[in-house]
Amino acid sequence: MNTDSMTHATSGADAELELAAPRAPFFKALGKWVRLQPLGAASGLGVIFMIFVAVFAPHLAPHDPVTTNYESMAQAPSFAYWLGTDQFGRDLLSRVIWGARTALFIGFTSAILGSTLGLVLGVTSAYFAGWFDLLFQRVMDVFLAFPLIIMALAVVAIFGTGPGNVIIAITIPFIPRCARVVRSNALTIREMPYIDAARALGYSHTRIILRHMAPNCMAPYLIMLTTFLGQAILLEASLSYLGLGVQEPIAAWGLMLQGGAEEYAESAPWIAIFPGLAITLAVFAFNLFGDSVRDTLDPKLRAR
Amino acid sequence: MYRYILKRLLLVIPTLFGAALLVFTLLRLIPGDICVLRMAGTGGYFDEAAIQTCRVEMGTDLPVVGQFFSFIWGLLRFDFGVSMWTGQPIISEVALRFELSLQVAIMATIVAILVAVPLGTISAVKQNTWIDYLVRCISIAGIAIPSFWLGIMIILGLLLTSQHLFGTPWMPPITYRPIWEDPLYNLSMLIWPAVATGYRYSAVATRMTRSAMLEVLREDYVRTARAKGLWEKLIIRRHALKNAMLPVITVIGIEFAFLIGGLVVTEQVFNLNGLGKLFVESVVNNDYTMTQALVMLVVMVFIFVNFLVDICYAWLDPRIRYS
Repeated sequence: MNTDSMTHATSGADAELELAAPRAPFFKALGKWVRLQPLGAASGLGVIFMIFVAVFAPHLAPHDPVTTNYESMAQAPSFAYWLGTDQFGRDLLSRVIWGARTALFIGFTSAILGSTLGLVLGVTSAYFAGWFDLLFQRVMDVFLAFPLIIMALAVVAIFGTGPGNVIIAITIPFIPRCARVVRSNALTIREMPYIDAARALGYSHTRIILRHMAPNCMAPYLIMLTTFLGQAILLEASLSYLGLGVQEPIAAWGLMLQGGAEEYAESAPWIAIFPGLAITLAVFAFNLFGDSVRDTLDPKLRAR
Repeated sequence: MYRYILKRLLLVIPTLFGAALLVFTLLRLIPGDICVLRMAGTGGYFDEAAIQTCRVEMGTDLPVVGQFFSFIWGLLRFDFGVSMWTGQPIISEVALRFELSLQVAIMATIVAILVAVPLGTISAVKQNTWIDYLVRCISIAGIAIPSFWLGIMIILGLLLTSQHLFGTPWMPPITYRPIWEDPLYNLSMLIWPAVATGYRYSAVATRMTRSAMLEVLREDYVRTARAKGLWEKLIIRRHALKNAMLPVITVIGIEFAFLIGGLVVTEQVFNLNGLGKLFVESVVNNDYTMTQALVMLVVMVFIFVNFLVDICYAWLDPRIRYS
């Protein structure tokens, strides 16, 4: 859409006037944001870099991440293998690059699913209020009584391992966490005159919830979404480390730490160091980015 | 105060009941018959009679409502049934490992508090200096570093430094001995997982201490204390820190969930035979009764800890009780 509008903007003077107007404030705002949140901007770049690596993994990885090569087992970092090789002779750099794809795919999918379902449920609960809201809140309380990883493990116990089930396992505990935050925000929106107006116009519940209330809960939604990203990556890594997440031979950071990492800790420490470093940097970048998004969208929370 | 406790306790009961219902339902979502799965898992021959005996043993021959009430009745008597994997009563399997996990949990909490409170306080007092930035970096890193990787790095560090110092690599012992039998042995084994878990636990508490201290240090009574020429250290310790502890206590309560999660993974790293390892094993082995019991146990402990934190909070801050 951007390239499209750009060609239009250069082709005619009228079009340029029309299209340039809304675009200028965006870059101005972005510039201001970068100045106010330098850490946020830096971590944002980190996030973009990771997305780039994940998307172009097949082109960036120097070796195949899956084929085992028994002639180059547990080799130290060298020119041929920048980060060394693991106990099966697989190139660590390639596995870290492909691991970014796994981590980001699972992270983004479960964070977006979890917060979106939470958004819809939270707004619905606030909209209907009364006994429905009360009951819904108690149900959320029950879900919140399960620590994140315990809930995820319980879900894995039922559905089994593999990327799809890991996404379900991470999404489910996110839903009530987002729903609770969104609900408290939606309660104030519910009292707004435009909601009364929408009701007076005879709009359906679904329409009011999805078209009128949900878009106005974007701030808490985005805050929760960015918070979940880091958590989801960490959770996926933990599950894979425990052998209950993504399975071999798929490259996943947590899984790379599971097999030989401890066994070879002394003779080949790079097997343990680099995947962990990748997890840490990824979660670090997503957390910092999430923090600055929260600071920007909700200045009240800044002190925390 | 008693009224508050009673009110809070009344909220605990429906949550516990709901959690029991949820755990019960979740485990009934498993596709297929648990008994058939169990028999198929052993790889041997089985017939309808064997499955029927298993159903009677597991209680799955009863109607669902009956199963649920016998589950609840069992919970009330701390009878969680029998492990599908080992055939032992679950409660005795849990009792075997409870001590170790509890000790690591307590030690991790102590590590977290010992790290968080001084660091958070210094960070707030020296706001916007290099000390503050350093502390904030340490605490942000603590949230990002997975505790299992930290554990692996600790083991690696121990191996390399002991190799360097004594010529032979040293690893923490693996078989558990209670602290009252052999304190040194026990601590040399459990301090590392406690540090790995406690560091992550401390990260959030440090941030909370810092922000709470910053808020309190701007209060009027702190200014008054300064105006009357009170010694700065005394102001921080007696006047500020005490009041800043309130939100920190809450955070320690909330983060208790992370402590449990941390235990599940670090026990795996350090090969400790605790509840976390039992939990992971139960999931790996499809030991549904054990998983069900352990999830329920964790939730019960979690709800209980949150209840205690709320009571503590109300006791420390009378405003909560009356609102």
